[in-house]
Amino acid sequence: MATYSTNEFKRGLKVMLDGDPCTIIENEFVKPGKGQAFNRTRLRNLKTGRVWEKTFKSGESLEAADVLDVDMQYLYSDGEFWYFMDPNTFEQVGAGDSAVSDAKNWLKEQDVCVVTLWNGEPISVTPPNHVILQVTETDPGVRGDTATGATKPATLETGAVVQVPLFVDVGDTLKVDTRSGEYISRAKE
Amino acid sequence: MNENPWQPAAGLDVLRLRAELLTRIRAFFAERDVLEVETPLLSHAGLPTPQLESFAAHPASRPETPTGYLHTSPEFPMKRLLAAGSGPIYQICKVFRADECGRRHNPEFTLLEWYRVGFDAPALMTEVETLLESLFDDTRPVGGIQRLSYREAFLQYAGVDGLEDAIAPLRWALDEHAIPVPDGMPADDPDPWRDLLLTQVIEPRLPPAVFLYDYPASQAALARIRPGRPPVAERFELYLDGVEIANGFHELTDAVEQRRRFEAENARRIGQGLAPVPLDEHLLAALEHGLPDCAGVAVGLDRLLMRTAGVEDIDAVLAFPWERA
Repeated sequence: MATYSTNEFKRGLKVMLDGDPCTIIENEFVKPGKGQAFNRTRLRNLKTGRVWEKTFKSGESLEAADVLDVDMQYLYSDGEFWYFMDPNTFEQVGAGDSAVSDAKNWLKEQDVCVVTLWNGEPISVTPPNHVILQVTETDPGVRGDTATGATKPATLETGAVVQVPLFVDVGDTLKVDTRSGEYISRAKE
Repeated sequence: MNENPWQPAAGLDVLRLRAELLTRIRAFFAERDVLEVETPLLSHAGLPTPQLESFAAHPASRPETPTGYLHTSPEFPMKRLLAAGSGPIYQICKVFRADECGRRHNPEFTLLEWYRVGFDAPALMTEVETLLESLFDDTRPVGGIQRLSYREAFLQYAGVDGLEDAIAPLRWALDEHAIPVPDGMPADDPDPWRDLLLTQVIEPRLPPAVFLYDYPASQAALARIRPGRPPVAERFELYLDGVEIANGFHELTDAVEQRRRFEAENARRIGQGLAPVPLDEHLLAALEHGLPDCAGVAVGLDRLLMRTAGVEDIDAVLAFPWERA
């Protein structure tokens, strides 16, 4: 198995720590001129999302994590697994609830997501930054009242609830930012 | 910083500040009759200190031919000049340290190093302070530089005696300050534990401008050791805003002791799985001939420039840091 020495550490590097795959989010090299060097790092556990702080003696090595980010098309869910397909190889994987976690609110069939695979198994799913989804439930639209900036909740076809302007109606398609969960605009069909 | 990697990382305004810094340093030493010298960057001998890794050099198409080493500091040849009767000397040069790369480190950086015959460590600290006043008078004044012994700094900021050799109290101090201990810390060498406390606990709490002095004898490097209980190395470091800027010694002049230290360092290298390096026999011969009583100091000019320019990343003061070199 490949290993990375501390002097190869940089943001985005995927390594194994305490049996879990992690990505380095910060790495600081600290060294008194004539003394021992250390690498002070922050790592995100890719399975749990938790952030760890850890200091290494420079020169130590960590095992590389076999982690790949792959663009995959969302197919469907059977309630237990969410299925994705690699559009190049047509290979399919089923991601469990913990891997899909918050992303499931934004998954629309045929949208292309980034699926993070560890040893070939999906461990997390990142939806596209922007998705287009139809409103299935909201109070009736009110025209000509945008000046106040008032909003109301709207439920989308995936089950996500977002705050929208008052003129939005059931059946409208909306463009939503999945990172903030915010309404951007109505989508032009 | 410029995003495009062909472009300089430092702004042109910072490059002008660098030129101004060099001009002022040369004027300072010219006024004091300190001679500017140049010594080889590439030499036959290496530095055995296990904490510093040199770059070895060889012809590109003949990696097996005898190697030279890029120097990690100009200390050895400058001491040969002193032994040859040069009188006070200074040098501004690039030095090279493998594996040192980060927010405050670039593997190639600029040192100002100077030696004063007849000075001891306190006298040289005073001259360092005078130089800084002349460099920073109109930008970011340094103010009075405090002086704090290594022991006082450890007691005051970490609550532990940094000169004691027992490891347990050092480990407890780390524990008390919630500093996680890395794997692989040695059970028989207190210095890496001291370095962990120094970098994680003490440096962030230091006054804005301070000299630390009287280091543990085990960290003497090329400084003389003053007998006492415990003995201490006549070595000092300057910190500005918690960043190490300069390292100075009341220089060891004893050839026998110098050879003993070199050999002990090479033995430590072998113990740590590092390649031993050829000793600088020219330096040892110069010490045998007689090095005048002197003190010397090395100042990291890139870090001084970081302070002048008010930037946090060394890349912002280098035209082409390692990533773009």
